[in-house]
Amino acid sequence: MAKQVRSHGSATNSKMMRRSIQKWAILFLVPTLASFVIGFVYPFCKGVYLSLCKFTTTEDATFIGFGNYVKAFQDASFVHAFWYTALFAVVSVVLINLFAFLIAYALTQGIRGSNIFRTAFFMPNLIGGIVLGYIWSMIFNGILSRYNTNILMETKYGFWGLIILMCWQQVGYMMIIYIAGLQAVPEDMLEAAKIDGASRAQTLFRVIIPNVMSSITVCLFLTLTNGFKLFDQNLALTAGQPYVFKEGGTVVKTTEMLALNIYSTFYGQNVHARGTAQAKAVLFFILVAGISLIQLRATRRKEVQQ
Amino acid sequence: MKKKLVSVLLCAAMTAGLVAGCGGKAGDTSKGDAKGSVYWLNFKPEADEGLQTLAKEYTEETGVDVKVVTAASGTYSSTLTAEMAKSEAPTLFVVGNQGGVATWKDYCYDLKDTAVYKELTTDDFTLYDESGKACSIGYCYETFGIIVNKTLLDKAGYKTEDIKDFASLKKVADDIHARAGELGFDAFTSSGMDDSSSWRFSGHLANLPLYYEEQADKWTGCPAEIKGTYLDNYKNIWDLYTTDSAVDKTTLATGGYDAEGEFLNGQAVFYQNGSWEYENLSKKYGDDELQMIPIYTGVDGEENQGLCSGTENCWAVNAKASEEDIKATLDFMNWLVTSEKGTTFMAEKFGEIPYKKAAENKNVFFRDAKALMEAGKYSVDWAFNYTPNVDEWRAGVVAALNNYDAGGSWDDVVTAFVDGWATQYKAANE
Repeated sequence: MAKQVRSHGSATNSKMMRRSIQKWAILFLVPTLASFVIGFVYPFCKGVYLSLCKFTTTEDATFIGFGNYVKAFQDASFVHAFWYTALFAVVSVVLINLFAFLIAYALTQGIRGSNIFRTAFFMPNLIGGIVLGYIWSMIFNGILSRYNTNILMETKYGFWGLIILMCWQQVGYMMIIYIAGLQAVPEDMLEAAKIDGASRAQTLFRVIIPNVMSSITVCLFLTLTNGFKLFDQNLALTAGQPYVFKEGGTVVKTTEMLALNIYSTFYGQNVHARGTAQAKAVLFFILVAGISLIQLRATRRKEVQQ
Repeated sequence: MKKKLVSVLLCAAMTAGLVAGCGGKAGDTSKGDAKGSVYWLNFKPEADEGLQTLAKEYTEETGVDVKVVTAASGTYSSTLTAEMAKSEAPTLFVVGNQGGVATWKDYCYDLKDTAVYKELTTDDFTLYDESGKACSIGYCYETFGIIVNKTLLDKAGYKTEDIKDFASLKKVADDIHARAGELGFDAFTSSGMDDSSSWRFSGHLANLPLYYEEQADKWTGCPAEIKGTYLDNYKNIWDLYTTDSAVDKTTLATGGYDAEGEFLNGQAVFYQNGSWEYENLSKKYGDDELQMIPIYTGVDGEENQGLCSGTENCWAVNAKASEEDIKATLDFMNWLVTSEKGTTFMAEKFGEIPYKKAAENKNVFFRDAKALMEAGKYSVDWAFNYTPNVDEWRAGVVAALNNYDAGGSWDDVVTAFVDGWATQYKAANE
């Protein structure tokens, strides 16, 4: 019996068998590669090409060069959306990660019922962005109506409203990642710290945080890119209102973020703007990709090899 | 051996998807090729069910394939953009205003002198591009105004005949609003400004100042700039709607109100909307309980004003489709407006159609529109069909009205209306 099994095992490892596996490997890669090419590489390349074109439908484009990019940079609403998004991303990254870490830390201290808490905190993630936007809009307006106003009246209401919404939605998700990280901190290290007489704060900053740095990298990456890419919640909560009407008819949608700005350029305006929207989308990609790469490099360096 | 079998099966399963994806198409297109086929990208969700049945009947009768796809409410523009890029693009689609013509003119087949064009009773709803090509023709038209619950108006001690102009409308509405507690209903339904309702005001109500300016300045096309001459009238009516109503105006921006529901529940006498509401309202109210009256705003001579009749429902035929498909599509359109089955269906689902052989429809609001015309009143056309970058322009007006309702200045509305127009015109015509 034992002999049989061994001979079977050696057959799998034999050179002949391995060679045939290597031959087949390409076939196994094909489905994944195909979906990657169809779902990402092709649309991406086409998107870059379209940003240099004038078009009504994507199949029917005329090449015009870099004019779209010039227009995108000249567009005051795009510039405003950029700074607004950047501010939003910074504030939301800080708050979401702070709360997520604090809650994760509290829930790994062996509190009674921590599983229920974890589930409850995670739940908001299961609700779609549009629905969340409308629900929170009702909540905020329920409160603001006492003061005879609503969320569409002031930029700051829209901004902090969106921050609260995003915290509520994302803290639970990031918390799960932090909990996984916290649970992986070696017990013996914590014990050693205790024996050496480290205070709670010292243990936290000198032992725990360096050890969960990889979780921090992941969470920062997710929250940062989510902050920049935000669309549904922005659309459902304020859709850019309030607007500021400047002299000469320029309209600035004060709570409009980048993704929504691209969308409304594409569909809200005439055909010539579709190329501009496409150019904005390419710039948007470069921005998000660039920022997240910088962030990954910066936080990776601080990670501790266990 | 077993492992190998499993891996072979897995491989087969993965590649099968790809093969199936390519293989499926070849089969189903072969059928209608010789005759051409029709693909209608429909714009009205409420007509979808009827259209699917009708398409089947047409196929049975003539053997020509008709595919009807309906875009979800509010997504027509994006659905059309996506569908037009496909190899089997819609052959029949909707281009409802000048903005649509600017976007889609290259795709519009010249409908002038086609059989279906010759069936039209009026050229009022035909949209032309600047070269004079008939890009789209109306397949039904609509009318809007203030829908009155006559039973309630009667209870309040008034008749629709008492309302002849803005002053008398205001008098009646103010009185009903003042006695709302005792009467148990108010004058106007809520004027909600969320997306499901704001078009009634940034689109339809805004048509009145635009129409009077169009008449005064004799527009022949979309003007690059407008003056906003009649914006004080717009303010009159907006103030009236928002004051003589049960809801607090500061909550309109986000209140999520259901004006139709309020009207159906008998909570208000007046409800600004259009002929398309008839189907829903007639479920509750008899024909003698409903009447549509003109929207008066205090313009000189408005006692002769009728209802606002026009359309955004205009057919365009895809010029880039194959010749057979274009022919099949034109035949189908012709059938819809000439055959008995077609015209009956059109009257039921789309209301009044501007074609010679139109079947009679029972919608009372068209009866009101006709009665007013017969009494010598002028019909108000849909000047808002000129609006450049219509979604963006309206969004600006909505934002400004919201600001005004919350205590902001009316000047913002004027800026959004007038300067917004110039900005959007420039953006649309660069």
